[in-house]
Amino acid sequence: MADRLGKISAVLVALILAALTLGSAAVTASRATSWSLTPADWAALRFTLVQAALSAGISALLAVPVARALARRRFRGREAVIRLMAAPFLLPTVVAVLGLLAVFGRAGPVNQALTWLNLPGFSIYGLHGVVLAHVFLNLPLTVRFVLQGWFAVPAERFRLAQSLGMGPAAQFRHLELPMLRSVLPGAAAVVFLLCLTSFAVALTLGGGPKASTLELAIYQALRFDFDLGRAALLAALQFALCGAVVLATLRVTQPTGFGAGLGREVPVFAPGGWRLWADGIAVLLTVGFLAAPLLAVALAGLSGMGSLPSGLWAAAGRSLMVAVISALLSAMAALVLVLAVLRGARWLEAAAMLPLAASGLVMGTGLFLIIHPLLPPERLALPVTVLVNAVLALPFLYRALLPEALAMQADYGRLAESLNLRGFGRLRWLVLPRLARPLGFGTGLAAALSMGDLGVIALFAGDRAVTLPLLIQRLTGAYRMEAAASASLLLLLLSFALFWAFDRMGGRHADA
Amino acid sequence: MLTLDGVEIEQGDFRLTADWSVGAGERVAIIGPSGAGKSTLLMAVAGFVALTAGRVLWQGGDLAGVEPGQRPLSVLFQDQNLFPHLTLAQNLGLGIDPDLRLDTGQKARVAAALARVGLEGMGARRPGQLSGGQQGRAALARALLRARPVLLLDEPFAALGPALKAEMLDLVAEVASESGAAVLMVTHDPADARRFAVRVVLVAEGVAQAPVPTAELFANPPEALRRYLG
Amino acid sequence: MKTLPLAAGLACLATLAAAETPVLTVMTYDSFAAEWGPGPAIEKGFEATCGCDLRYVTAGDGAALLARVQLEGAGSDADVVVGLDTNLTALAAGTGLFAPHGQPPAKSLPVTFDHPLFLPFDWSWFAFVYDKTKLAAPPASLEALAASDLKILIEDPRSSTPGLGLVMWVKAAYGDRAAEIWGALADNIVTVTPGWSEAYGMFLEGEADMVLSYTTSPAYHLIAEKDDSKAAAPFAEGHYLQVEVAGKLAATDQPALADAFLAYLGSDAAQAVIPETNWMYPASTPAAGLPKGFETLIQPEKSLLFSSEEAGTLRAKAVEEWQTALAK
Repeated sequence: MADRLGKISAVLVALILAALTLGSAAVTASRATSWSLTPADWAALRFTLVQAALSAGISALLAVPVARALARRRFRGREAVIRLMAAPFLLPTVVAVLGLLAVFGRAGPVNQALTWLNLPGFSIYGLHGVVLAHVFLNLPLTVRFVLQGWFAVPAERFRLAQSLGMGPAAQFRHLELPMLRSVLPGAAAVVFLLCLTSFAVALTLGGGPKASTLELAIYQALRFDFDLGRAALLAALQFALCGAVVLATLRVTQPTGFGAGLGREVPVFAPGGWRLWADGIAVLLTVGFLAAPLLAVALAGLSGMGSLPSGLWAAAGRSLMVAVISALLSAMAALVLVLAVLRGARWLEAAAMLPLAASGLVMGTGLFLIIHPLLPPERLALPVTVLVNAVLALPFLYRALLPEALAMQADYGRLAESLNLRGFGRLRWLVLPRLARPLGFGTGLAAALSMGDLGVIALFAGDRAVTLPLLIQRLTGAYRMEAAASASLLLLLLSFALFWAFDRMGGRHADA
Repeated sequence: MLTLDGVEIEQGDFRLTADWSVGAGERVAIIGPSGAGKSTLLMAVAGFVALTAGRVLWQGGDLAGVEPGQRPLSVLFQDQNLFPHLTLAQNLGLGIDPDLRLDTGQKARVAAALARVGLEGMGARRPGQLSGGQQGRAALARALLRARPVLLLDEPFAALGPALKAEMLDLVAEVASESGAAVLMVTHDPADARRFAVRVVLVAEGVAQAPVPTAELFANPPEALRRYLG
Repeated sequence: MKTLPLAAGLACLATLAAAETPVLTVMTYDSFAAEWGPGPAIEKGFEATCGCDLRYVTAGDGAALLARVQLEGAGSDADVVVGLDTNLTALAAGTGLFAPHGQPPAKSLPVTFDHPLFLPFDWSWFAFVYDKTKLAAPPASLEALAASDLKILIEDPRSSTPGLGLVMWVKAAYGDRAAEIWGALADNIVTVTPGWSEAYGMFLEGEADMVLSYTTSPAYHLIAEKDDSKAAAPFAEGHYLQVEVAGKLAATDQPALADAFLAYLGSDAAQAVIPETNWMYPASTPAAGLPKGFETLIQPEKSLLFSSEEAGTLRAKAVEEWQTALAK
């Protein structure tokens, strides 16, 4: 009975995902009056592909030395560095851009140092700025991926390699390279997808109309030209691109986790000499690159603490509520899908990846068009935000759960079956305890992502459902940059706190 | 009586047939070279590997379509016999009720089973806190609680030292004879078979031969067994 | 147990009473309805006289507002839309969703603006704002700016009303030479931001020498922050105007309340709220005058503004011109 319930709910989740991603686009398209793309749209497509490819490639390349250093060195603060790796990904993009500007901008310390050294200044605006920001946001994620790969190579292999007299170079060729070949394409593909739908970064750092992404073109088509047909076409184009990438990676690589289960500490061979120095430099540079913008955001935020508006705490409370509910919903849906995939319904995997390819803007517009004739949209602002955020976070949760779920199935599937452990008993006594760690990690990730999301609420919000990101947008729209910086800092702290709390909760329930 | 009636298992190039029975309470060892299909045969009886042809019968009833957990048998796997995130008492409790809703009487039975295998008072511990031998005992205690008429052992004690393994086999023999359960035990060690089994099934060259009394087999080993024993 | 039905009945009555209070729904942009914007004071003032409940529905900025109006179409719950930009009024009028407002024209605009569908409620001139302590001699014209090596931040005309305003400004000042001016400005532009707030925020962080904003922007720093370092540079070509307008939706179910609200929006009480909340000039200067500090602002001699129809026809081409010039 319970198994059938699981199957039915998995199909239901898949249907909801399809309805929200594909259905909303169809509804948007149904209201179209014309169907055409401009030359600028094709230019946007080109730029989107170029920046996404560069961002993914560079993130993947840089991740290798950093992950290797973290995998094979033991030093004080190593845990903290690995934890820092989650931070940029959790940052609301707008806040991240502000932090990067504070460091790499015209008035930032990097340019001041260059001027002091009589060197030409560095401009962050343009393609390279977009790529820099994307690498900042996604390098940590890639490092966690690759680190996972390193931990997955059994220590015995390294021992065997050493006993055969292999030097570091030979070990790299025979052990690490095959691992990287299986891990890196998947990691790069995820970064590619995330950058494909990038919006705020390209917009602010792009430096002009040359740097338009598809998502930006969708935004403009929706907002200024009110050209629903063009928006739907662009969304379809973006969807096809993402779909192709997802399918290609599913074929090329095995599913890789998002870095849960970092607890496994396998001592890896650590060569000395110049390699020690190289590892040290890789870690130091990365920490500097990741921490400096965060620090800048924190410093900027402290100065405006006195001028925070009275609605702040209510907005923060609303955001927390939305984040927690949507993260829990997302976790449940992802779990249902993962368990169904374990039972052999592989096609559900595609449903779990759908949201990665969907445009949040088009999803919001479609929902708006559906809801508006029935109810005032602002009355549903928060429920819709919860739903959309849950959907958008689902692929990450799914990816976090899948590897551990596969391991659980391999290790304990038969034992559970032989004990007739099924249904809710299996969920309670096997699945939840075994998956607690990735579930906590993924739910934390989903909560933090939802916390910083502005996408849909901006379309639906009335004056009674202001969330923290919306409040920040309103503050900056009215000269209150200092208060906005402080509210951003609060947003940042709350996002981290949520992530940390869920991650820890998962870790605590998995102590075995 | 457990009957393998014209059983055939095919997996790619691999092929195995079996056509024999094991009586209630009988202790049978399954021996043969590695890769011959000893474990596969056991897993087919347990319901984890599908048959290509033939039937597995218990007391004349076909087990086809019966889920592994519903079959009249308990399995001790090579490893992963206990859930590491549950306590011993919980692990054993799953043998009584998969939802772990135990009343006082059932809890007492769990404690008694632990005591029976020499793990008295260790119910609150987790498997990670036990030695390999103790883990084996706990798994055996759960089989005791499940009280199924057939016990399948897929080399669960292979990693233990000779003395400890002998001790465990004796314990299995004791427990099985108390409950009257038949035991099918996979092993690659002829000493295990001699010590434990009344009859032996030799698995080699695609056939699981009908069980032969242990002493008889080793006194007059067929060609395949001689090659295996070396 | 008897109290339960009683309580339920009372609750019912309360809902009925609430339902009898008519609701006026005003659709506006985010910062208008924010607690520091003009919205709350205007809501309070209007509710004191109308015997109604005023509710705001918000949609991003001025550009998103029109998209929201179109998205909702004739089925909109909104009665009044506040905050459209004159460059978009032709588009808004073309939707056929607006009804004549019937109010007298605004009194204090530097140009005449009398549109049957749209009623101005505030305005300002677009201008490049700079920091006096960092830039001693600001350029005196768009051309001088283009010839200088000063760095500027501008907004995207495809996603923000100031961005569109600048494109119209260049078009109004230079006509056929607009593309040439944009070509010359290209190397001054640090980046093009999606909206005003990103550009202005980055300017305050020191990312550029000047930012496209309003002549009234320095008033915020002067009055709210006691900081007189910001100024707007007067340009010889004249300054393009941003006039923000309100309109009544044809499909309103509260036409009388909508009219009353538009009348209130043009009254002294509401207009007096505008300068220190929206940091714009009120469309009709209240009897008490402007707040202290506004007199320090530059007063361009020449105001530029296309009519709604001109703006409507020019917009697409002017934006394309801008895009082509900057994409080189």
